Amino acid sequence: MQLILDHVDHVYEEGTQMARKALSDICLTIPKGQFVGIIGHTGSGKSTLIQHMNGLLKPTSGHIYFEGEDIAEKDYDRKKLRSKVGLVFQYPEHQLFEIDVFTDVCFGPKNLGLDKKEVQLRAFNALRKVGLPEDLYYQSPFDLSGGQKRRVAIAGVLAMEPEVLILDEPTAGLDPKGREEILRQIKSLQKETGMTILLVSHSMEDVAEYVDRIIVMNRGSILYDDVPRKVFQHYRELEEVGLAAPQVTYIMHALRERGLPVDADATTIREAADEICRAYGIA
Amino acid sequence: MIRDITLGQYYQVESTIHRLDPRVKLGGTLLFIISLFLFHNWLGYLIAAIGLCSVIALSRVPFKFMVRGMKSILFLLLITVAFNLFLTPGTALVTIWKITITIEGVKTALTMAARLTMLIIGSSIMTLTTTPNNLTDGLERMMRPLKVVKVPVHEVAMMMSIALRFIPILLEETDKIMKAQLARGADFESGNIFRRAKAMVPILVPLFISAFRRANDLAMAMEARCYRGGDGRTKMKPLIYSRADYMAWGCIVLYLVISIVLGRIAF
Amino acid sequence: MVQKVGIIKTDDLVFEYIRRDEEGNVEGITTAVDHVSLDIAPGQFIAILGHNGSGKSTLAKHINAILNPTEGTVWVDGMDTTDESNIWEIRQRAGMVFQNPDNQIIGQVVEEDVGFGPENMGIPTREIWERVEESLRAVGMYEFRKASPNKLSGGQKQRVSIAGVLAMHPKCIVLDEPTAMLDPNGRKEVIRAVRGLNDVEGVTVILITHYMEEIIHADKVFVMDKGKVAMEGTPREIFSQVERLKELRLDVPQVTLLAYELQKRGMDLPNGILTVEELVEALEKQTKNGRN
Repeated sequence: MQLILDHVDHVYEEGTQMARKALSDICLTIPKGQFVGIIGHTGSGKSTLIQHMNGLLKPTSGHIYFEGEDIAEKDYDRKKLRSKVGLVFQYPEHQLFEIDVFTDVCFGPKNLGLDKKEVQLRAFNALRKVGLPEDLYYQSPFDLSGGQKRRVAIAGVLAMEPEVLILDEPTAGLDPKGREEILRQIKSLQKETGMTILLVSHSMEDVAEYVDRIIVMNRGSILYDDVPRKVFQHYRELEEVGLAAPQVTYIMHALRERGLPVDADATTIREAADEICRAYGIA
Repeated sequence: MIRDITLGQYYQVESTIHRLDPRVKLGGTLLFIISLFLFHNWLGYLIAAIGLCSVIALSRVPFKFMVRGMKSILFLLLITVAFNLFLTPGTALVTIWKITITIEGVKTALTMAARLTMLIIGSSIMTLTTTPNNLTDGLERMMRPLKVVKVPVHEVAMMMSIALRFIPILLEETDKIMKAQLARGADFESGNIFRRAKAMVPILVPLFISAFRRANDLAMAMEARCYRGGDGRTKMKPLIYSRADYMAWGCIVLYLVISIVLGRIAF
Repeated sequence: MVQKVGIIKTDDLVFEYIRRDEEGNVEGITTAVDHVSLDIAPGQFIAILGHNGSGKSTLAKHINAILNPTEGTVWVDGMDTTDESNIWEIRQRAGMVFQNPDNQIIGQVVEEDVGFGPENMGIPTREIWERVEESLRAVGMYEFRKASPNKLSGGQKQRVSIAGVLAMHPKCIVLDEPTAMLDPNGRKEVIRAVRGLNDVEGVTVILITHYMEEIIHADKVFVMDKGKVAMEGTPREIFSQVERLKELRLDVPQVTLLAYELQKRGMDLPNGILTVEELVEALEKQTKNGRN
């Protein structure tokens, strides 16, 4: 297992009147190469959880192991951890600061103390991976469109060549096509490089389409942790905690209630269409 | 860490102090601060402390909350005390190695500490119990005479109120940008002062850009809501003195008379 | 000149801006809005769709006289927006809600923020209070009137912003991607509030968005692309054209997409299915036909 969280608790402003428990008793194991979706409404502890995974926050109690080593150990190199576990925050384009795109992407690898050639090579590779047109490499990042800025910011983290990539709502504020493009790129990254990906998202449809496994957070605890079709079977319980299943789940359940013999576990359009065609005897 | 700065942040609760006219609170605070510099003896500070404590009690803002706000300026306070303690000439009290602490030094240090603490708490009560809008309304009204000499009183007041509203938002944003750069391997902790200052660039540039973007958005939103300066504006909460306000003025005057008379008696 | 037309009318509206490089030399001219003519009747719920950069926000800013047309004319309630003397009247009649909830709340307390517009209009104090109360109730935020905006969720902040506009008693509200930065629950809250304004208060609504689920109740939808109106019609008419929408960087609700997929595989379903209920019924009909 690449990443293990063992009974992790986190309390903000511990010992004061304002203490708030943000995580309670989180146990998780994440194997290498998995594509994991993390869902939960605002304030459910998703952000706190992912900030633990690269050492930005420390657990109040419990342990976190990355490749077998406890990251809370005194002599553990947390700077190195941050390069191994890349974290892309929400609206990451807000952290761009350099005069041109390429220099900005170099910031991460430069901080790792690599030599200039290696830094540039990594920056170049990262920009290519996010599919940014080459003629934009030496433009000011502030002159790009929203979707392009987002790619540059993701490249800034990719350039550190992390083994785990965590993305906090990478599609927020983008238009439908922009959302799809970013998610496809992430999926192909995972397929090509075998990188472990954790995707925080509000969109059940997106999560159902791309991930292998879903972790549902509610009030700082894990509510469900399973493959998408299993998680969305609990669509009524999900609604109770302010979430929902993808729209197709509702369609399939409605059809079943009306007596159509379909398997109601379909979570993507393709699966649903296959199921309905099967039930109607259309090849 | 950044969230600990509670200075200047309005604390929402119903209390006598909260309901007072901002002009009373502004005037009172100003007079209270002046009084702190007029005392010659301990009695003055004692009376000031009693006065302050009763206001704190009336404000119903938890004392702990106020003290938390002090943490950020504790360092400043300690430096001031240390300077006075070690650098005031006079009769030696103790000498350790080359450092001499004098009786005068101890006295001045304690006085300074008392003065500064009360000054800070006193002024933070004002901001804790008054919404920034209310506060700027008060300022605007009190400074209205300056309009005659072409001081843009309304504009200044509006600017202050907006600045106050955006402080918590920008602090949160700073925190976020800092974490994001940490995740990109940035190092804000090691190296000499020069290196550390340079390390701040990746935080400051995005922060400035964000501040400008917000300012631009806000200006547009204000114009869209028919904002066109102070002329012809009415007030949702016009400032009208009530009985409580007159009584509060009475208390302030009473405090001033008692504290200054007793505080200036030489024992 | 007062013209007897709909609440919002644009006639051949063009907006161009000049791009400059770092030295200030002209690099080129971008046409953000390109000959757009709209006529919106009072009380309608209008949705404007379009990908990022399609010109929909630029168009919106003309309705509030934040931008002035390069060519053509915009009338708000019969008033020409280029006439300086109309500007405050126009901004009062056509209120505007923006995308970022943090950057449009001026007050440190909810009720003070809602009162900001009426204060600027010179409304007497007593009436400001009445308007603030009634607006906050209309968006379901009355119980938060004493709260600090910083303590509210994104959806709540946007509802406060809507109340702030409503307190100015506008005839029309333009919402420029009000839900883009919100989570699904916040989006639902805001859309519910907006629909309430339209249904109950009869305010004309112009909602700009790229979330397709938000517009299925609109009376009319305009789709923008490259500054032009690329499509217009009822939600059903628009959603029947799945391929065309995809070309315009947009998508359709999952139900519509599923129905479209089933059509492609040879099922006989009507075009532009918008809700789960509609699809289920259409499929049920198929079952019966099949049995007969």
